Amino acid sequence: MNQIPEVIRTIPLEYYLFFSTALFTIGVIGVLTRRNAIVIFMCIELMLNAVNLLLTALASYRADASAQVFVFFIMAVAAAEVCVGLAIIVMTYRNIRSTDVQLLNYLKW
Amino acid sequence: MQEIVMPLNNQGMALLCLLVPILPLLGFILNGLGNRKLAKGLVSMIGCGTVLASFLISIYLFLDFTANGSRAYMVDYYNWISAGDMQIGFSFMIDQLTLLMMLMVTGIGFFIHLYSAGYMSHDENFGKFFSFINLFMFSMLLLVMGSNYVMMFVGWEGVGLCSYLLIGFWNKNTNYNNAAKKAFVMNRIGDLGFLLGIFLIFITFGSVSYPQVFAEAARYTGGIDSTVMIAITLLLFVGAMGKSAQIPLFTWLPDAMAGPTPVSALIHAATMVTAGIYMVLRSNVLYVLAPTTLEVIAIVGVITAVVAATIGLAQNDIKKVLAYSTVSQLGYMFLALGVMAFSSSIFHVLTHAFFKALLFLGAGSVIHAMSNEQDIRNMGGLRKYLPITFVTFLIGTLAIAGIPPFAGFFSKDELLAHVWEHNKLLWGLGMLASFMTSFYMFRLVFLTFFGTFRGTESQKSHLHESPMSMTLPLIVLAILSTVGGFLGIPAVFGENMHVLQNYLAPIYGYAQVANAAAVAPLHIDHATEWMLMGMSVAVAVIAAIIAYVMYVSKRTVPVAEGTKLSPIHNLIYNKYYIDELYDTIIVRPIMWMSSAFHRILDVVVVDGIVNGFGKLVMQSGRSLRYAQSGVIGFYILVMVFSIVLILFLNFFIG
Repeated sequence: MNQIPEVIRTIPLEYYLFFSTALFTIGVIGVLTRRNAIVIFMCIELMLNAVNLLLTALASYRADASAQVFVFFIMAVAAAEVCVGLAIIVMTYRNIRSTDVQLLNYLKW
Repeated sequence: MQEIVMPLNNQGMALLCLLVPILPLLGFILNGLGNRKLAKGLVSMIGCGTVLASFLISIYLFLDFTANGSRAYMVDYYNWISAGDMQIGFSFMIDQLTLLMMLMVTGIGFFIHLYSAGYMSHDENFGKFFSFINLFMFSMLLLVMGSNYVMMFVGWEGVGLCSYLLIGFWNKNTNYNNAAKKAFVMNRIGDLGFLLGIFLIFITFGSVSYPQVFAEAARYTGGIDSTVMIAITLLLFVGAMGKSAQIPLFTWLPDAMAGPTPVSALIHAATMVTAGIYMVLRSNVLYVLAPTTLEVIAIVGVITAVVAATIGLAQNDIKKVLAYSTVSQLGYMFLALGVMAFSSSIFHVLTHAFFKALLFLGAGSVIHAMSNEQDIRNMGGLRKYLPITFVTFLIGTLAIAGIPPFAGFFSKDELLAHVWEHNKLLWGLGMLASFMTSFYMFRLVFLTFFGTFRGTESQKSHLHESPMSMTLPLIVLAILSTVGGFLGIPAVFGENMHVLQNYLAPIYGYAQVANAAAVAPLHIDHATEWMLMGMSVAVAVIAAIIAYVMYVSKRTVPVAEGTKLSPIHNLIYNKYYIDELYDTIIVRPIMWMSSAFHRILDVVVVDGIVNGFGKLVMQSGRSLRYAQSGVIGFYILVMVFSIVLILFLNFFIG
């Protein structure tokens, strides 16, 4: 059985780069264009995972495990963030019967 | 000749010297903190007791000084200011002049404190009064005991402050407050001159300590009448003009009579106003190097003496008459300084302190009896009701008028003899002032104590002789005014009888080295001296007789307010309109300028800048608030574009 890093190395590094860039960009555009809070949340997760993917790929190619530690951190933080974020979205929905972020403009002048 | 000033290495003496000014300071602190809390008896005990203790210590110091061969010494306490080349010690210099002033200030000060205990007994701020007057004693002692010009300046400012506080003592009256402010501002004008003089002394001699400055001056190579010497002495004299109320800075002194009468006696007659003379006398070595300045001093002095005496002729307020008389007598003292009769000047300071303090305290006793009436037109016939006050006041009048054998005769006669030697015109003017002095003083006595009572019935029923604490100082000062003149018996009555002159001779040691011709003793033949003496007595007696005829035989009473006066009478009654003149040429332009500056510089420029910043912040806030739209998508968009821009700049530009 091959070592996982070697499996990763069967695909050239550029592919990973382009793929994670594409994922990240999709995430950004999603955040910018969508109005539903849950979709925006999913797009943020997409961006985080694009970064995770890139970190894993580079860690494998460079044979350096330290980048993988970051991946674990990001996952942990993302999990916590999801807890809080979803709770906020639920509370928002209870209050205004919608998850449309355009309606959340009470803080403007 | 006294070249070396011995530094004192005696702890006990150093402590005694320090106690002299510190005790009144202690009284100031205790009475000031305990105002309205301490009992009046205790307050007056503290107030008088501290000054009495200072007086007794001064006597001891004096006896010790004469017993040890009259050698001047310094008492160093600590290095007060140390900056580069400038070393100013907190130290006292004890010499003949200092001791004389210390005895005069504490001695007369004690009796005036005693008098105040009676005079101010009904005042609610009894403690405040005593604390201020004790602070004055402290400052005045610092002024005369300090061993350098900076310490003298500190004392100088201190007495100015106390003068301000005490003139405005009854601070519920706006006029009194204005008088206090006037005194303070006029003194500041003089102080500026004094301060510049000190700077110039430091630049020229590299020190401000008396022994060093005087020793340097004695070795001074710039010659007589060099520009820098004239500048120094003139600047110092400007300070003296302010403090000692000489023309043109004299108008504050008559207004200063707003203060309680003991204050007028102590500060504005006996001690503080003579500080200017003390300062000139202390710097005698500098002044003999600048005879031109001395000429100026003599001229200013004689003009002041004459002008103030003429104003005194027509005043109807008992204290105003005495105030102008003080200005006039101070003019005499400066005249004496101007003709280099230094000892005569300090002699007159001393006798003047006796009789003028006596006259003011007597006037205070009259005012006390008359229920705060000060207008002599409403008095008259008081000798029956106030016998002790009358007798002592009469002695004071005889002394100031220069009738032998009272103190004023000796000092004034000696002074005028020196002036005669120097310049006959100045002497003539001096005699004129002397004539007027005698006239207005006897006018005061006759209008107050002779004739019939002209006041109201209620005032008449209150007439009473003052209590013991007030009459005792009167009696003591009357005795001093009688015998004080024997300190300086003129040469016609015997050689070497002039105790004061012999005593003070060492302080001119440096001056003798610097300019021997200037301080040569007076050589005047006995015939001339008899003639001068006879003339001054004759002038005084004639003036007294004229006053007697006018105010006792003919019973003339000065006309009431608002009556039409002859032009000359009107002019002197209104003090030559000097206050109005100053108001027009100085006060109003300054007021106008300050309001103009207020309108232009303050309102437009300063407020414009400050308000401009405020407006700028508000305006930019108003414009920028549109950026905070609350649309999260917009925020994120801006964030993304910004990050992209940063990345772009990083990769392609940086």
